[in-house]
Amino acid sequence: MPEALLEVRDLKAFYGDFQALHGVSLALRPGEMLALIGANGAGKTTLLKTICGLVAAPRETIRWKGEAIGGLPANDIVKRGIALVPEGRRLFPSLSVEENLILGGAMGRSGPWTLAAVYAMFPVLKEKRHAPSTSLSGGQQQMVAIGRALMSNPELILLDELSLGLAPIVTRDIYAMLPDILGHGMSAILVEQDVTRALAVSQHFICLQEGRVSLEGQPAAFTRERISAAYFGTAPT
Amino acid sequence: MNWVNAIVQGILVGGLYALFAAGLSLIFGVMRLVNIAHGDLIILAAYVALVVVQLTGLHPLASLIAVVPLMAAFGYALQRGILNRTLGKDILPPLLVTFGLSVILQNGLLQVFTADSRKLNAGAMETMSFNAVAGINIGLMPLLMFLTAVAVIAGLQFVFYRTAMGRAFRAVSDDKETARLMGLDNDKVYAAAMALCLSVVAIAGIFLAIRSNFDPALGPGRLIFGFEAVIIGGLGNLWGTLAGGVILGVAQGIGAQIDPGWQLLAGHLAFLLVLAFRPKGLFPRIEG
Repeated sequence: MPEALLEVRDLKAFYGDFQALHGVSLALRPGEMLALIGANGAGKTTLLKTICGLVAAPRETIRWKGEAIGGLPANDIVKRGIALVPEGRRLFPSLSVEENLILGGAMGRSGPWTLAAVYAMFPVLKEKRHAPSTSLSGGQQQMVAIGRALMSNPELILLDELSLGLAPIVTRDIYAMLPDILGHGMSAILVEQDVTRALAVSQHFICLQEGRVSLEGQPAAFTRERISAAYFGTAPT
Repeated sequence: MNWVNAIVQGILVGGLYALFAAGLSLIFGVMRLVNIAHGDLIILAAYVALVVVQLTGLHPLASLIAVVPLMAAFGYALQRGILNRTLGKDILPPLLVTFGLSVILQNGLLQVFTADSRKLNAGAMETMSFNAVAGINIGLMPLLMFLTAVAVIAGLQFVFYRTAMGRAFRAVSDDKETARLMGLDNDKVYAAAMALCLSVVAIAGIFLAIRSNFDPALGPGRLIFGFEAVIIGGLGNLWGTLAGGVILGVAQGIGAQIDPGWQLLAGHLAFLLVLAFRPKGLFPRIEG
């Protein structure tokens, strides 16, 4: 087994006094796509935020290419090649589309993703490059959020709820582009409410339930009922 | 003609008020910090200029080349060493700490420089003036001060909307957490903003020191003028801040024309009227 790109070991995370994660472990190999599923409040977003440094964690609980990075500031972690597409997109309203993208690449990691490459992937963004980012439709805003993360030329991209608030047809279009987006051997962790869609595009999945891993493995190895039981925390029938 | 003259002189001194206000507006815009020590930092800059002029014999305006970097470095260190530690969800700590800083600056200056009034001497150019139209004389220094204010506002506008630094300022102001995801170190962005703010403060301090006598107790009054110009113009709008300074200057000029004792009162009244009828200022930033 090749060495893990990202390794999370027995991670416990807190929001103030509330414990959101109770000892989560996972390993991600280079080029792998991992789906993170679970009900609302299961800890999916917390896990992503902890990996990219927005939620505190003990240093040794997260290792990136062998280096312990748990709890480093988010601005240091993104420079190592981990980018987050945040839930709800979180574009900068006072920046134009193009400025949002440029800012994403501001830390100067080199790689295939440039402004031109992002515009080639999402031509509509080039038309709207000078528009305020908030004037775009939800789907276009999601493209900006994805493009902004790609501009840092990450080796691992964390995708949080891509379909949130988007029309089903827009979601389908964005998912259709995922293989191209990840085409350069990028690894990804995908958080998604739509379990069927998430499992269809991933090699591996982890189901979280109340801050613990309730099921993990390859999507094909489990029945729908088994996954659904792990998702809702009911006994498998 | 006296009235026209009062208004013209008011416009020109409004440039100085805009210089007081620009840094205040910048810092509030980027980090939601209300800097109570802003006026005292202007006076500090005036004293730094005084020392530079005494040590080097430079012309007060030429002393800018030393005072601006000195104040900028002080601003960077102040932000990283102290003010960054006070920023958070609660708006009270930065208010209290900058209030404390204000007291320290006033007393420190008093200790070192005594309460004696000082002034920077700009030589012959202080009294130079030209006749614009019959009966209206425009002094070279007030005109230079106003043009400098316009240039500073234009420069800040350029930095804010056309440079990588300005992008970082706006991003951090929009969303601190997401800005970190872009690799921005918020503490350093804030420190850069404070350095830029104190560069403007340096310019304001030198013009203040050439225009009139100054002493260590003058800071809080300059802070009030700065606040009033920002509020009149509308928060977050740099050109509005210039307009706010001009309105304040003109109101004071008209007040002084009616009765010399009414100069400050008229400025405050103009401010209160704006606050009462247009609480967001005359030119609020258009929300996207």
